[in-house]
Amino acid sequence: MATDTKNVKRVVIEPVTRVEGHGKVTILLDDKNRVKQARLHIVEFRGFERFVQGRPYWEIPVLVQRLCGICPVSHHLAAAKAMDVIVGADTLTPTAEKMRRLMHYGQFFQSHSLHFFHMVSPDLLFGFDADPSIRNVIGVAKKFPDLAVQGVMMRKYGQEIIKATAGKKIHGTGAIPGGINKNLSITERDVFLKDIDQMVTWALGAVKIAKDYTVENLEKLASFGSFDSNHLSLVRADGAMDIYHGRLRAIDAVGNKILNDIDYQKYNNYIAEEVRPWSYMKFPFIKSIGPEKGWYRVGPLARINTCDFIDTPEAETARKEFKAVTNGKPNNITMAYHWARMIETLHAVEKIKELLHDSDLQGTDLVVKGDHREEGVGLIEAPRGTLFHHYRVNKDDQVTMANLIVSTTNNNEAMNLAVQGVANEYLSGKEITEGLLNRVEVAIRAYDPCLSCATHALGRMPLVVELYDAEGNLIERKARN
Amino acid sequence: MNRKAGPRTLVIGYGNPARGDDGLGPAVAEAIGKLDIAGITVDADYQLNVEDSSTIAGYDVVVFADASVNCDEPFSFYPLVPQAVTGIDSHHIEPGEVLGLARELFNAGTEGYVLAIRGYSFSMFTEMMTKKALENMDRALHFLVPALQSGFFHQAAQDHM
Repeated sequence: MATDTKNVKRVVIEPVTRVEGHGKVTILLDDKNRVKQARLHIVEFRGFERFVQGRPYWEIPVLVQRLCGICPVSHHLAAAKAMDVIVGADTLTPTAEKMRRLMHYGQFFQSHSLHFFHMVSPDLLFGFDADPSIRNVIGVAKKFPDLAVQGVMMRKYGQEIIKATAGKKIHGTGAIPGGINKNLSITERDVFLKDIDQMVTWALGAVKIAKDYTVENLEKLASFGSFDSNHLSLVRADGAMDIYHGRLRAIDAVGNKILNDIDYQKYNNYIAEEVRPWSYMKFPFIKSIGPEKGWYRVGPLARINTCDFIDTPEAETARKEFKAVTNGKPNNITMAYHWARMIETLHAVEKIKELLHDSDLQGTDLVVKGDHREEGVGLIEAPRGTLFHHYRVNKDDQVTMANLIVSTTNNNEAMNLAVQGVANEYLSGKEITEGLLNRVEVAIRAYDPCLSCATHALGRMPLVVELYDAEGNLIERKARN
Repeated sequence: MNRKAGPRTLVIGYGNPARGDDGLGPAVAEAIGKLDIAGITVDADYQLNVEDSSTIAGYDVVVFADASVNCDEPFSFYPLVPQAVTGIDSHHIEPGEVLGLARELFNAGTEGYVLAIRGYSFSMFTEMMTKKALENMDRALHFLVPALQSGFFHQAAQDHM
């Protein structure tokens, strides 16, 4: 990264379209119009950690959903897991754990489906250089109407599962410290069973689209915003992919284990966060390696790379095909996130099907309690990657400390490197073409970042692109809505 | 509450209640829901999204209730024109885009209206709405409820302009 930013031009892309929330990309050019530095700036609302101080611990799983309207379930469950520790609920009842898992798999299914079908598929189906008036979801709807409808219906299916397990879409209360506050009725179950096979079929089709695209374009994609990296995720004790609960594992770019079988209650013995003056968002890293080389990727690519196997048959077959591309080694291709994401979508819907046939979901033993503790950590694999919630509670049951490391923060360094790589390859000169801009966005979008919980009130959120010369004068400005 | 037979109507109130006046939309949904008007379905969410296109396809009329940073005070009510989605930002699909998707994907002929209520403060992590925004919402409800009961939305929009 450049340290001397004198005599450079600045290209500003703000916010990034088709990613969740607001972000800004600055690309600094030197006086010969070569890319000197590229950075992704994200406004992170760290204020939340102060906001929850003084609140009673049992409110937190509901309160944290207000962090983000995009993935409230992830925060809800991570906070509930931390509060399980606080109330001494070391093992939940089968009904409670399975209801939470159903909620979580529903979230994965809807989130990944939306991202793939409605934000990514225009790039894959039409190409990065396609006319922007076609390269969008309506373009997909016109040329591939079945795919567009599938995306909507898969998203809706997952959302309905969330509603049935969390109680409602806004401020769901499903997960509570020590358990869950409702089970799944037979009537609710039967509604989901009616469509489950269709959802599995559509998920299989989505994996094929992502796989075919990646394999056919492997040579081109291998260099697109790609780089070697470490990968981190939870895995089950036996090495299986587990997006709800497990132990921390980190591997390096060729698959050597850096961390393994780590109890996440002690995460801060192994993970630290670096502050850099130009960004609101911290840069997490593995302590034993240090900030320069200890950063890592999280999310679908990391999870497929770190796990030893997937415990659902169709997704496991897909994982083996994925691993075969790199001869069993970790895949470090940024655009392979999409293929990995669709394998997880398939895994999620296979798990939903398995759970819907499990009578524990109709159980009535919902909550357990034990001896109170003053500190608890909840980790979960959110759709976008590992999510850390850490709280301390005083004797009056009030939260005195909260520390959150959100998925997008874990991918901070990786997204910056992806932007830098794409900018180096495709951006030079003074012309900001749609194709160039979209390539930067495509690289960021692969990570499916959730950049903030943005207000959406009518009249907000324009896209502004600005180009500054070496003296800081604005020489080009582009706006999109 | 009694209502003459009319169009199947959905009211979607959306916004983030933890961002001050951004909670106006869900507050409208809650208030309408409590009235239990026959033939009126109410939904609330943090934001509109693509799957809402499938939901609204099952209704004759949809009213999108939201906070606005710049509409006329105290509120605006206007018919929607279906729009193409050109740059989808998944948490920020506009009401007209939901209508456009419903038409494109599900061949829906749903009529759409926006109830935009003027808000003033969209601060993070406050559930308190401003006094002025609450007054605006009260006036908006006094306008909307008779329209929901009568089913004459187009007339109501014309009268409000």
